[in-house]
Amino acid sequence: MARQFGRRKFLIYGCATFGTSILLKACSGGQPTATTESPAATGSSATSVASGSTDTIKVGILHSLSGTMAISEKSVVDAEQLAIEEINAAGGVLGKKIEALVEDGNSDWPTFAEKAKKLIDQDKVVTIFGCWTSASRKAVLPVFEEKKHMLWYPVQYEGQECSQNIFYTGAAPNQQIEPSVDWLLQNKGKEFFLVGSDYVFPRTANTIIKAQLEAKGGKTVGEDYLPLGNTEVTAIITKIKAALPNGGVIYNTLNGDSNVAFFKQLKGAGLGPDKYPSMSVSIAEEEVKAIGKDYLKGHYAAWNYFQTVDTPANKKFVEAFKKKYGQERVTNDPMEAAYIMVYLWKQAVEKAKTTDIEAVRKAAIGQTFDAPEGQVTLGNNHHISKFVRIGEVADDGLFKIVYSTDKAVEPIPWNQYVAETKGYSCDWSDPKKGGKYKTT
Amino acid sequence: MLAGLLDGLFNGISIGAVLLIAALGLAIVFGLMGVINMAHGELMMLGAYTTFVVQNGFKQLGEQWLGTYIFFALPLAFLVAAVMGLILERGVIRYLYGRPLETLLATWGVSLILQQFVRSLNWVLLIGLTVFSLLFFGALWMLSRRQDIDRIRNWVVAVMLPLSLGIALATGAFLGQTYKLAVTQPWFGAQNVDVTAPKWMQEGLPILGFQLPYTRLFIIGLTILCVAGVYLFLQRSAWGLRIRSVTQNRSMSACLGIPTAKVDALTFAIGSGLAGVAGCAVSLLGSVGPNTGQNYIVNTFMVVVVGGVGKLVGSIVAAIAIGTADYLIGSGTLALLLTPVKPLADLFTFFATTSMSKVMVFALIIAFLQVRPGGIFPQKGRSVDA
Repeated sequence: MARQFGRRKFLIYGCATFGTSILLKACSGGQPTATTESPAATGSSATSVASGSTDTIKVGILHSLSGTMAISEKSVVDAEQLAIEEINAAGGVLGKKIEALVEDGNSDWPTFAEKAKKLIDQDKVVTIFGCWTSASRKAVLPVFEEKKHMLWYPVQYEGQECSQNIFYTGAAPNQQIEPSVDWLLQNKGKEFFLVGSDYVFPRTANTIIKAQLEAKGGKTVGEDYLPLGNTEVTAIITKIKAALPNGGVIYNTLNGDSNVAFFKQLKGAGLGPDKYPSMSVSIAEEEVKAIGKDYLKGHYAAWNYFQTVDTPANKKFVEAFKKKYGQERVTNDPMEAAYIMVYLWKQAVEKAKTTDIEAVRKAAIGQTFDAPEGQVTLGNNHHISKFVRIGEVADDGLFKIVYSTDKAVEPIPWNQYVAETKGYSCDWSDPKKGGKYKTT
Repeated sequence: MLAGLLDGLFNGISIGAVLLIAALGLAIVFGLMGVINMAHGELMMLGAYTTFVVQNGFKQLGEQWLGTYIFFALPLAFLVAAVMGLILERGVIRYLYGRPLETLLATWGVSLILQQFVRSLNWVLLIGLTVFSLLFFGALWMLSRRQDIDRIRNWVVAVMLPLSLGIALATGAFLGQTYKLAVTQPWFGAQNVDVTAPKWMQEGLPILGFQLPYTRLFIIGLTILCVAGVYLFLQRSAWGLRIRSVTQNRSMSACLGIPTAKVDALTFAIGSGLAGVAGCAVSLLGSVGPNTGQNYIVNTFMVVVVGGVGKLVGSIVAAIAIGTADYLIGSGTLALLLTPVKPLADLFTFFATTSMSKVMVFALIIAFLQVRPGGIFPQKGRSVDA
């Protein structure tokens, strides 16, 4: 009796779990994000790769679709898939359709490295678009260098890196942080309080800001770091009040959930943008939506692209994106950078007339693209020139652009304010120079 | 000086109140029932999402109603989380009483399921799940009244499971094909959603040159209310008496005719409901997203363990103590007070950043638990061994 009971239970639960998983899978399969050109790559075997490679070009998309970073990275995947779809609709690359294999990095850096290996070795993709956090990029970097493969990275980052195997289409510090600090010094005040999340990007960014403030006559009155995901910011607010009793600038490099807590509690404590204007480098349209525009109104953000940028290319981009993903969706800077990089790769492939990685790498340098933010050029240091803009959060939750450079700013990956990298540069078009050489 | 001291005291208490309201449900579920519920944070998250839904509903109603949404969101958050807790208890946990390791794993799994559920929840998923549970569990329920149910149950399951699954899947696929984006678009998605406190709650009460945020005051009030409510319920009501007797001696209570299964379900539902209320409260301060719960789960366990498992008063003292310590160290107040004593002041200045103060607080907690492994108020008597 007891044995039969066990077997029956086993049968019931076995069926139930199996059934539910099928149900869930089927439902998620119906979502627009997992369109036909991106089957869940996990099942594709070596044979299907061999047969598939004749009529399609396989590219990898490697972002976090689960975990803390899924919040931000999901929309970047959307932008990349939009670009791929547009390219395919216009005839593809070299007469072939692009097939995107989407892998989930699960907000876990070793997983990123594993999935990168899988995409390269098993799926034989010709390039990978991916990563968001600097930590995930640092984790996959050895993989790409070992396999001499190619990664396109779409997010603004702290600089101090210039790999032959990576193309950076997000802003280097001199294309986001440094101009915004200059703007604040001119318009908002000389005393800065630095708040950031406790990991590599905010710490490096703040080192740069401190050096820059010192050089330009500003003053850092305090800095503090929150562990990622922490939402208790009372102590920081007390410190800001103590350090800036009469108001001053808050430079905010917080990332993710902490931003929400920070701005909600900042308003509750009575620190408004009139006396305590804040400049953020990780808050874009999506984040404004998630934090609530009431809390952010009047605060500033520095980016290369806002949804409100007035160019024909941007009108087309925003329209296409909303049509594909829904009217209430917004576009932001990393999404635009992700959209750019797919096109830049396509142009490089077309120039090289092959998907061979070495040839594409050479052909990529010097490519220009009429991006939503304006015309950008991929430089010989594997970074792209970008326009710098500062936006103020307006009533509708979008940004009112209060400052914009009139031409694209050239990227400087090795920071010139930091003593260790002062005087260094990067040039991959000349084999004698490479990733880090001393300029005289 | 007085203002500074008051400010410090208020901030310490307000951090403690957030910790306490998050830990209160767990103090019941983990403290009284001994269930290690890793999905506690996700129940909070459900409460927070309920707040979001209620807020959006009130936005439709118009501006004059928007200020009051929080009072409707609170009971609804309690209800949603309590129902989910009830399903969790009936469906998973009741099979695992007395097996802490399995409970831990199972509830952790549930927490992951809930996280992914809110990410991918859309009409197709909801309708599919509803159709499936109606057909499958409905059939089981109808047939369970037959005399020979034990004999035919296997066959019923074997037939009904694929059948109801098939119908549910077909319905989902049909809806997806017909209405496209309108039904396949996730309601919330992986992105955080915005819960904006009512207008009157966004500012603060200015006193003596500093400002007490209304949200903090609201949460402190809510916490006091919840603690008082739980205390009255446990100490003064008939069901409270039953809950206490079952947690003290399950078999004896069963012998005396107390329906222990019902009591378990009720206790768990109340604990979960309190998590929902906590989720509603913290949505005023922090972010609301699929990962919201994970930000709080460690802190809540910490409060319950430091306070002493099984004692509500312990959780209260522990929450206030941890909150105050965290604030005093993290804001540098302690370093300032200790300026006369140079080496101590240097030590605390080193720990006076938010991430380092966490290190210090955890170190202090570990040291404390070495001295008193049972927490501030350890359980005494025979029930400890049970």
